[in-house]
Amino acid sequence: MNPQDLIESVTSRFPDAVSSSHVFRADATVVVTPEGLLAVARFLKEDPELALNFLMDLSAVDYSAFGQGHARGLFASSGVAVAPSFLIPDLDPWPGPPGERFAVVYHFFSGTQRHRLRLVVPVPETRAAVESLTPLWPAANWLEREVWDMFGIRFEGHPDLKRILMYDGFEGHPLRKDYPVAKRQPLIGPQN
Amino acid sequence: MEEHAPLQEATPEKVGTHTSSAQLEMRDMLLNIGPAHPAMHGIVRIVAQLDGEQIEKAEVEIGYLHRGFEKMSEQVDYNGVMPYTDRLNYVSPLINNMGYCMSVEKLIGISVPVRCHYVRVILSEISRITDHLTCVGATAMELGAFTVFLYMIKAREYLWELVEKVTGARLTVSFCRVGGVKADLPEGFAGLCKEAFAETRKVLVESDGLLTRNRIFVDRMNGTGVISAADAIGYGITGPFLRGSGEAYDVRKDCPYAVYDRIDFDVPVGTRGDNMDRYLVRMEEMEQSMRIVEIALADMPPGALQLDPDTGREIPAAEMVDLAKVGDIGAISGGCAVAGPTLEGSGRAQRPSIAADEKRVFLPPKEDVYGNIEGLMSQFKLVMHGHGVRPPAGEVYFPVEGANGELGFYVVSDGTGNPYRVRCRPPCFAIMSALHELLQGESMADMTPTFGSVNMIGGELDR
Repeated sequence: MNPQDLIESVTSRFPDAVSSSHVFRADATVVVTPEGLLAVARFLKEDPELALNFLMDLSAVDYSAFGQGHARGLFASSGVAVAPSFLIPDLDPWPGPPGERFAVVYHFFSGTQRHRLRLVVPVPETRAAVESLTPLWPAANWLEREVWDMFGIRFEGHPDLKRILMYDGFEGHPLRKDYPVAKRQPLIGPQN
Repeated sequence: MEEHAPLQEATPEKVGTHTSSAQLEMRDMLLNIGPAHPAMHGIVRIVAQLDGEQIEKAEVEIGYLHRGFEKMSEQVDYNGVMPYTDRLNYVSPLINNMGYCMSVEKLIGISVPVRCHYVRVILSEISRITDHLTCVGATAMELGAFTVFLYMIKAREYLWELVEKVTGARLTVSFCRVGGVKADLPEGFAGLCKEAFAETRKVLVESDGLLTRNRIFVDRMNGTGVISAADAIGYGITGPFLRGSGEAYDVRKDCPYAVYDRIDFDVPVGTRGDNMDRYLVRMEEMEQSMRIVEIALADMPPGALQLDPDTGREIPAAEMVDLAKVGDIGAISGGCAVAGPTLEGSGRAQRPSIAADEKRVFLPPKEDVYGNIEGLMSQFKLVMHGHGVRPPAGEVYFPVEGANGELGFYVVSDGTGNPYRVRCRPPCFAIMSALHELLQGESMADMTPTFGSVNMIGGELDR
């Protein structure tokens, strides 16, 4: 199925849950509300035409510093955001970040149809939680733990939501844009 | 000599008197394996609940090699991420380089020349062989076949010499650039490849003879670590691990990228999904990778090396730099110096053949940087903070076939010089998340071949 048809089949089935959609560089993307996520995901997996049986990737993006340059970066010298200087023909412009501070991003793939679909779920900072997909894909278990660890987004219904890459007792969520890159949290001894 | 009295044998009655009086306490044992354990390639911890020798429950704990790849990628420019990608799967770094570069190129909307695609394909297939050699060799060693390990590491050495000839480094190669590669293949590479492959094939035949019909090896691999194709898909497992279960998904075949659609190769598939099938799949994939390299070398369009030799004499770039340093620019002020496009010349004078024809993306050749003002400016703009490669705002996901399965990069750009977000989908993360299920119900000794066939690479697992 081509990207447009993929989007069409999801939006026609869930007109309320899908808030927007776009195709950028031939990647089909559907933006779904947190409430509609579980129903849409189940449909993607079980619909025989979509047959998106792989949950290839699950991650998140913190859009709070989008377009603000990298003033907080380790090697930032100016901190001034510079507009792109060159214009490569932009046939399918990207509509921009989905609006809320966080976006949980799902990449699905169909092993039989060989097509891919990206699901973006905007998550507000005040209520950083989405439904867990662990009942549908066991792959979501560790991936959701990683998103919790790195971004502090909760997954409701997850069997064992705990840190995975960082240690217990680590404070904060390192991939949030307001976590300073040079911050140290020594685990053993002050000189660590 | 006096006669020894026969040793007293414990009769059932005697044993009975000892045990029947006291009730033996039965309980499970909790065994902690790792994080630093010889069989835990890298560092990972498995807590196993044992009933006798049987694993009743296992819990896998990762994160010991977390170095913040994704956070660090946000701090540097697009080309600056390259050295970090080397350190993901450090046994096949060229595949990571290629995957990251192709995702950024997709984001920008450029495509590299066909010759560059061929160079990338050749090197990533060589990397795939080194990865599989390491995996099979280490597994065999842990099952007692130390000879095979030594043979396979020897073969890996020949291949790493090839990699070194092209990139100048063995492991941390940083060879690709957004929009191209650092250097063309050196002269006589096809011949070197032929020699290295002859040695590798010899090793594969020897190893095959030592393992495939070896009673000890077969008994421990057959029927252990079984996973069905449906379960594997549920866990997002890809690569040789999934193919061992009978699902023929290979990114190179099913979502072809670079020039894989022009190359004829087979995807080996297992039937039982056990350790033996995964071993056989990996052995066959090495042969197929060599086949791909051979086809690619033959099909490669002529590039820099075959161009007209009359355009100028070839001088090593290092020599030219030194001249300029001492103020003797007479040798290079007369025009654009022509150096070989290979690593040795580092010249890339015939750039269009291996790099995208897009000045605002690809770093200029060193001859231009030191030889004329346009080159110097171009280099300066690209390297200076905030002026480098600046893709338009957007997000892309691009998968390549890594040695362990689908290696995907999800890159988000906000239009500035640094990537806004770089997410790496590490293929062995999915396999490790299913490991507790593979181990459950098996005996303790089966853990070694099962964990070996996962081919866990700490660098890409923990990032």
